[in-house]
Amino acid sequence: MMISAIVRTALVSLRRDRGALALSFILPVTFFSIFAVIFGGQRSGMPKISVLVVDEDHSKISERLTEGLKHEGSLVINTRPVPAKGVEQPEYTAATAEAAVKEGKAPVAIVIPHGFGENPISFGPANGDRPTITLLEDSSDMIAPQVVSGLLQKIAMTSMPDVMAEQGSKYFDQFAGGLTREQRDSLNDGIRFLRERHESGADASDSGNGGIVAVTSRAVLGGSKHDMVSFYAAAIGVMFLLFTASGAAGALLDEAESGTLDRVLSSRITMTTLMLGKLVYNAFLAFLQLVVMFLWGWAVFKLDFWSHIPGFVVMGVFTAFAVASFGLLLASICKTRAQLGALSTLVILVMSSIGGSMFPRYFMSETMQKAGLFTINAWAIDGFTKIFWRNEPISHLWPQVAVLTAIGVVLFAIARRVARRWEYA
Amino acid sequence: MSASVAAAQPSPLQIDALAKRFGQVTAVDGITLELRSGECLGLLGPNGAGKSTLIRSIVGRVIPDAGAISVFGAPADSAAARNVLGWIPQELALYPRLTCYENLYAFGRYHGLGGRALDDEIEWCLRWATLTDRASHLVNTLSGGMKRRLNMAAGLIHHPKLVLMDEPTVGVDPQSRNHIFEMIEKLRGEGMSIIYTTHYMEEAERLCDRVAIVDHGKIIALGTNAELVQNAFGSRSQVLARFAGADNRVTTWVTQHGGQAVDGAAQFTIEHPTEIAGLLEDSAKAGLELLDVSLHKPNLESVFLHLTGRELRD
Repeated sequence: MMISAIVRTALVSLRRDRGALALSFILPVTFFSIFAVIFGGQRSGMPKISVLVVDEDHSKISERLTEGLKHEGSLVINTRPVPAKGVEQPEYTAATAEAAVKEGKAPVAIVIPHGFGENPISFGPANGDRPTITLLEDSSDMIAPQVVSGLLQKIAMTSMPDVMAEQGSKYFDQFAGGLTREQRDSLNDGIRFLRERHESGADASDSGNGGIVAVTSRAVLGGSKHDMVSFYAAAIGVMFLLFTASGAAGALLDEAESGTLDRVLSSRITMTTLMLGKLVYNAFLAFLQLVVMFLWGWAVFKLDFWSHIPGFVVMGVFTAFAVASFGLLLASICKTRAQLGALSTLVILVMSSIGGSMFPRYFMSETMQKAGLFTINAWAIDGFTKIFWRNEPISHLWPQVAVLTAIGVVLFAIARRVARRWEYA
Repeated sequence: MSASVAAAQPSPLQIDALAKRFGQVTAVDGITLELRSGECLGLLGPNGAGKSTLIRSIVGRVIPDAGAISVFGAPADSAAARNVLGWIPQELALYPRLTCYENLYAFGRYHGLGGRALDDEIEWCLRWATLTDRASHLVNTLSGGMKRRLNMAAGLIHHPKLVLMDEPTVGVDPQSRNHIFEMIEKLRGEGMSIIYTTHYMEEAERLCDRVAIVDHGKIIALGTNAELVQNAFGSRSQVLARFAGADNRVTTWVTQHGGQAVDGAAQFTIEHPTEIAGLLEDSAKAGLELLDVSLHKPNLESVFLHLTGRELRD
């Protein structure tokens, strides 16, 4: 009987606490849905990988390989930049393609070198005289370069069967013809090489001997795992900034409840002044959090913080501004701290999951990636990645700065409008 | 100051036909009131009578549906009014994690004070509230009475000419209450004009020059303590008689004899003390067993009961 009384009391309390009720049921369902959409294999929505192809060879073989890549459904192949103002742009060169990858326009570029058509298929150990396809990778995307590398081998097999046969027979003639002593030695060398490679655990894709076509991969930016720390510092940082900002903005609710807000508004302080004050404070707090986060990254994880200070300051200030406005909006919408706690948890976790704070957005379908653009997280993380990963100049941050500013201004304006309920009765 | 100049000075507070509704509830219902310079005017009424709404309208926190308020000639909620108006809200409107000094500093800055002037005001406020030795203590470590005093001091940090006190002694023990009375009397000595809301009759009697009795959003009587009693009772006195076994017989008997049953006792208003004998004789005839009887002069509580038929703390 006593236990049932305790259960009943708890159930009634839960029913009356709508915030807790929402957290108990809506949050898990929401998250389940988001993760299901992202990882649940919704095939139609899976993202296609954008690949830049530079054909330096212009042979029939290289053109067939390019065509084969174009017919691969999971890839979007571009051989030249999109037309600017209706004017067709020249084809990518190795240099322009590398620059484009650095700018994040595509996660990977394939450079087919001069002479590839004459000797496209490779078996056995690499040697200096065989042309090698180069993959220019943006290793901040951990998936795309791996996928493209694999697909390249598959397409080489399927798009050039005759070449395969011809080259195969050539190799057979070379290695298996009469099995002379020299031939046997040569074959044994090859087998020994492969065994040694296997035992050394070297990455097959790096040496160009892991597949039918010889491929060399090169990370055009970043490249060390320390640089990935900047991604996580930004991704996790922004999520916690959002939590802190909404918590700090909740002081408004405390002040409203205690009557302090009334007293403040009966002085010379207006609601706009008060909210601007809160905005500056919350933004300062958020910026300070980012500084601590990145300093920790530098001290513990060797993040290259000091050579990116100007870009960090720009992104830090505008991210902090947007986050502070967001917190004020949540606080002004809610009537109690409990409501704020529930709403902020729900909104922030959803924003963080689709905005790339929990896992990189390139894991997600195109639809989810587009949805992510409605979050502060996505724009902030993109900006920090530009600075710390791509080493881009500050001027390249303008889209992120513009969007974060717009988000901050709009959210603050709405928050100010909603806060009118506190102004007068 | 010449008489003509004095006459030209606007009243500290002038309220004309003020009305405010919250949904179906009329909180303030056409109140007209003028506060005289240097006067302490009490707003006496039970909880929910509309006192706080009236105060919040004066301070600009409630927008009235009708009527006008002027503070020293300036509209309420104007910058000029805010500068001369001090508000001590019923709630402890303080920053709990700040010290006494820091709270006063913050509210002083909000009122536009700074530098030496602010330092002087903080010092005055701490002295006035006898909190000088607690200046560096956090608010949430203070006793209830100290918090109340600091709450009052924060409303006076800009040295206003008109102070609105909304039940400043709520939840305070008798000793602290006396302390607060002394603080208010000091302000009166400095010539500040004060509006003091309370539902404690004894506070209004002790502190206020005039008292406005408020009920259901209206002022139902206004005057000095003596005037209110005189108007309600004239020269009559009140008799309170208690009987054993307070039951329906007592209530019936009291009603038949033109009295009121208050907390099981019988209350009568009489012109001459000699009337007591007749009442006691009648009660004996009705078979009621008298426990005690007392005669007293009517007070503000009696006036309120007389005017509304209810007790102040109903």
